[in-house]
Amino acid sequence: MPLPYYVSPEQMMKDKAEYARKGISRGRSIVTLEYADGILLVAENPSTLLHKISEVYDRIAFAGVGKYNEFENLRIAGIRHADVKGYSYSRGDVTAKALANAYSQALGNIFTQDIKPFEVEVLVAEVSDGTNGMRSEIYHILYDGTIEDERKYAAMGGQADEIRRFLKDHYQDSLPLDQALQLGVKALTVTQNKTLSERDLEVAVLDRTKTRRKFRRLPPEALSQLLGTTR
Amino acid sequence: MNHDDGWRLAFNDYATSSFLEVLRRDSPHLLPNVSGVPHLSDVPHGTTVLAVRYRDGVIMAGDRQATAGYQVASRRIEKIFKCDDLSGIGIAGAAGPAMEMAKLFQTELEHYEKVEGDNLSLEGKANKLGQMVRMNLPAAMQGLAVVPIFAGFDEKSGVGRLFKYDITGGRYEETNYEAQGSGSKDARDALKKLWRRDMPRDEALRVSLEALIDAADEDVGTGGPDLIRGIFPTVKSITRSGFDDVMEDEVRRVCEAILNDRTKTGNGA
Repeated sequence: MPLPYYVSPEQMMKDKAEYARKGISRGRSIVTLEYADGILLVAENPSTLLHKISEVYDRIAFAGVGKYNEFENLRIAGIRHADVKGYSYSRGDVTAKALANAYSQALGNIFTQDIKPFEVEVLVAEVSDGTNGMRSEIYHILYDGTIEDERKYAAMGGQADEIRRFLKDHYQDSLPLDQALQLGVKALTVTQNKTLSERDLEVAVLDRTKTRRKFRRLPPEALSQLLGTTR
Repeated sequence: MNHDDGWRLAFNDYATSSFLEVLRRDSPHLLPNVSGVPHLSDVPHGTTVLAVRYRDGVIMAGDRQATAGYQVASRRIEKIFKCDDLSGIGIAGAAGPAMEMAKLFQTELEHYEKVEGDNLSLEGKANKLGQMVRMNLPAAMQGLAVVPIFAGFDEKSGVGRLFKYDITGGRYEETNYEAQGSGSKDARDALKKLWRRDMPRDEALRVSLEALIDAADEDVGTGGPDLIRGIFPTVKSITRSGFDDVMEDEVRRVCEAILNDRTKTGNGA
């Protein structure tokens, strides 16, 4: 008979949290900020094929940091949730809030029930159409299911705390896209001694001026123009 | 994730990017299903839709009437739907199931695009629609046949292409033009005489509307331009730059020009 051993629940949670945090802190960060026409998402990601930022529905985007296969699973689950809901009710009934709640439930369950927690943080953003005083929504969900309703900007990944501090001092409302992007890129490099070129970045916006599907990726050519590095 | 059955599932689960498979597996109650229903005949039917190839791509057009038996069921329904940026579907047959199919197909393409981060090829889209028409075969046997036209711009070959279907899901590519629905024979007859290779947009638009007006003339189910209520056919163009509505003003002007010419010359009388 194997020797039974006891670990206090408190210790177990602590160990799991530490494990998840360690995994996440190894990864590169993502920043999100509201700008004049919507929401901007900037990730440090040298791959042009493996995305960290993705479209979920008309007004909703997803971003994930940490282990790729884990947040990719969550991303696809989110797209399914949104498409099934939009198909059975109407497109307008798909909301970031419901999706963020689903992610929170999923991550919370995995954290408490599975031996290995997910080493991810995800972000769900929904752009408002800018009328009736509706504001855009940004939800940040942690590896243990903790959910935060962020305002104006959010950061996640290895250097999230430093980035948040930087944005707190430098963020301004209604920045035009180029300035917002420059601020976002600066925020990503705040703890590092290097500059990021358009080749190291994955950038997308939820642009409220677009019709229906608001999500748009910014290709490297557009990025270099916005960053003012065009030669 | 409840469905994970070991690592093999990542390969065997080809359904990961298909919305239809997601519904079939997780929410089968949302799939269209008319089994156990007796033969239905007096449900609204969409009548005439057509697609015409021209220099820059494809024009799709449809009349606005739905007909149930000998009654007009609706004067303003839309029969041409955008599938994605580079393709559209025109529906004929039982209006309810047809619109549901268009919506499901549109979600299917968008779902694939979001999950895979890439578009399906035009060929892939056309085949998928064929499978969906085949899925509808039991309903077709009960009088609820749906026969779409699918058209799109093929980025690979740089041309517009169009496909027609039969109720068993058979898929046939047409090179010049195609029409579907109760007035389709008359529309096709008109197109046969008017279509020519590499037409410019203006001519393609006029030819499409001439064909629809002819169909409305000969087929009781098809609605013509309704000058009293101001209802005109829906027309869309699909080119390299995307799926665009042809504005109602322009459609109205061309329709009026055709009717004027016919009044003057007696053509098409």
